[in-house]
Amino acid sequence: MQINTPFFKQRAHDALHDANLQKALGNLKAGFPEKRAIAVSRMPEFEELRNQGRDLKNHIMEHLDLYLEQFEAKVIENGGHVHWARTTDDANQIILDICKQVDAKTVTKGKSMVTEEIGLNDFLEANGIQPVETDLGEYILQLRHDHPSHIIAPAIHLNLEDVSEAFHANHHRPKSMDPAVLMQEAREVLREKFVAADVGITGANFCVAESGSTIIVTNEGNGDLTQTLPKTHIVVTSIEKVVPTLEDMTLFLRLLARSATGQEFSVYNTLSTGPRREGDQDGPENFHVVLVDNGRSEMVGTEFQDMLRCIRCSACMNHCPVYGAVGGHSYGWVYPGPMGSVLTPQMIGIEKGGMLPNASTFCGKCESVCPVKIPLPKLMRHWREDEFEKHLQPKAARYGLAGWAFLAKRPALYKPYTRMASWLMKTWAGKNGRIKKLPLAGGWTDWRDMPAPQGKTFMQAWKEQQKAGEQP
Amino acid sequence: MPNRSSGPRVGLFVTCLADMFRPSVAFATVKLLEQAGCQVEVPERQTCCGQPAFNSGDRKTTADIARQTIDAFDGYEYVVGPSGSCIGMLHYYPEVFDPSDRYYQRALELKNRSFEITSFLFDVIGMDSLQEQLKQLQFNHKVTYHDSCSGLRQLGIKQQPRELLAQVEGVELEEMEEAETCCGFGGTFCVKYPEISNRMVSNKTDYISNTGAHTVLGGDLGCLLNMAGKLKREGKTIEARHIVEVLAGMTDIPAIGEADYDLAQQL
Ligand code: SF4
Repeated sequence: MQINTPFFKQRAHDALHDANLQKALGNLKAGFPEKRAIAVSRMPEFEELRNQGRDLKNHIMEHLDLYLEQFEAKVIENGGHVHWARTTDDANQIILDICKQVDAKTVTKGKSMVTEEIGLNDFLEANGIQPVETDLGEYILQLRHDHPSHIIAPAIHLNLEDVSEAFHANHHRPKSMDPAVLMQEAREVLREKFVAADVGITGANFCVAESGSTIIVTNEGNGDLTQTLPKTHIVVTSIEKVVPTLEDMTLFLRLLARSATGQEFSVYNTLSTGPRREGDQDGPENFHVVLVDNGRSEMVGTEFQDMLRCIRCSACMNHCPVYGAVGGHSYGWVYPGPMGSVLTPQMIGIEKGGMLPNASTFCGKCESVCPVKIPLPKLMRHWREDEFEKHLQPKAARYGLAGWAFLAKRPALYKPYTRMASWLMKTWAGKNGRIKKLPLAGGWTDWRDMPAPQGKTFMQAWKEQQKAGEQP
Repeated sequence: MPNRSSGPRVGLFVTCLADMFRPSVAFATVKLLEQAGCQVEVPERQTCCGQPAFNSGDRKTTADIARQTIDAFDGYEYVVGPSGSCIGMLHYYPEVFDPSDRYYQRALELKNRSFEITSFLFDVIGMDSLQEQLKQLQFNHKVTYHDSCSGLRQLGIKQQPRELLAQVEGVELEEMEEAETCCGFGGTFCVKYPEISNRMVSNKTDYISNTGAHTVLGGDLGCLLNMAGKLKREGKTIEARHIVEVLAGMTDIPAIGEADYDLAQQL
């Protein structure tokens, strides 16, 4: 996928002026955060569950190699195949090779952010294979040549009108604004695709080491058809998704559903354990798991290891006031919101991704809702440290900071300087008590008044008061 | 007037914004501390908590300023300031040093004795010793309270300011929608991403207006300057004040961004 992260500011500007998008974003707040709050309030032990989730993930990351090898051995034992993909190119090539082996023309796809990360659809198309998204949101996006703006509600930036138009243009049926009619239409069109597909590709929410199973969690059921109807099922997922046991998996399922959509449990929780066995009613003949690394193993043992706990629930973006203002596309790459601001620089480089970890007030709301307690602001700050060390920040910001630091480290200079600055601002404000336009502070005064200082600094006034008090 | 009480010795962490923009907030803090029986001192060698450097990724400057602050506040039983954000920064100091650094232990120890003012009054001093003073106050207005992010989520300040306010006669607290959502100030964020910040503060001023409050109160001058500046730009008459101004009975001073005011007259 094209990297537009360096244009974050411009994209955010456009997003703020896009009335349709703003309307769509307005629905987000009323949706996810409120439902999550209700679900959490119904579960007194939720906090304890978060601690368990955090600790278990930490344990897994300490023994990641062990659990991955156990998972691989189990998949093979079940008759499946495991492929290790260090880079996105490796992953795409592996998937293409499997498709070629079975002479695939079309593949159906369940919702998967990892396949977005590796840019699979474009790659398959370029190689003559037609991917068909079967998650409703993803399907709409595919018709519109669009990309997800949210990790679990990919088309959240669209309104009903947009969907209606996309269907009308592609399905050649009468235009409808009735969601039920549109849903039926999608079902009919997709049903043919399900039956015709040679390969089904899904992601995985978790990979279970003890059984060699992968699981997908959905609310539409499209994933089940995607993975059971074609002869070949390819699971494309990433290395940090492994959990030791089925029981461990259920801990994360409980956290995930509540944090994501406020459900106690998602509608479909579908486990895949190897290819179809003798006597099985359904299932694929070939079962492949592609385990993508793409920078993740480099995070192990660093300050960014905490990020590998992420279970992709989207709570951080649902509660983020910056995401809520500018939407997911402003972030300019696959993963938006706070989790994206930490992951993206890891995957595309801090040189290109630096805008993102800076676009945060560090309000801490994301960390407070994260089901596995990832310290997202702290990790964004680590990226800023990386930027600072590499001198990547804009010159004006660097010199400004250096000038301020020079004074802040010298109390004897700092005091006269602040006295002068306060006095100047107060004089500039005149009798108004506030400043409408302040040179060099346009970022502030373009949008709001600058309340004027009271005149003296406290340090100055305090000293004078103490002196006066000492006199008899 | 130097205080000769025998209560705990408290070092006042002034904070840059109170120092430069609103000294009356620091004076109100001193007054509250003295009323609570503390001996208040203002260490000369304090400047800023170092947050701009910390959040810009400048570890070295952060550590330099942290050392300076730790030295400046050596020996005080408590360190108290009128900001959850700046006191929150003091609480981050242990993260700035390697555990083998001799400042690490001192940073931990500073963390344990530094408090934001409403939390100090409520959690350390306790309501019993404050009630009498607070009951004598009057502020006959409907108010709403903005929970600043660091105070709320880092230091756990939520009920403390509300409990204190509830003692003041005439105060009617009307909670706004999304009181816990960031106002968009975020230190340098508001000038680095002004348009996004503007959207956030516009949402906030809407929520404030919807309550019909006469005054919005808060515990952090950064947020208050941001919200007051936006309210003024929108032509709204809602006032903005730091909560200590109400608790110290200093509401005769013009609200933030209101007409000219000469500090010297009051002292
Ligand atoms: S960072 Fe936390 S809140 Fe955000 S998607 Fe990952 S698990 Fe969910």
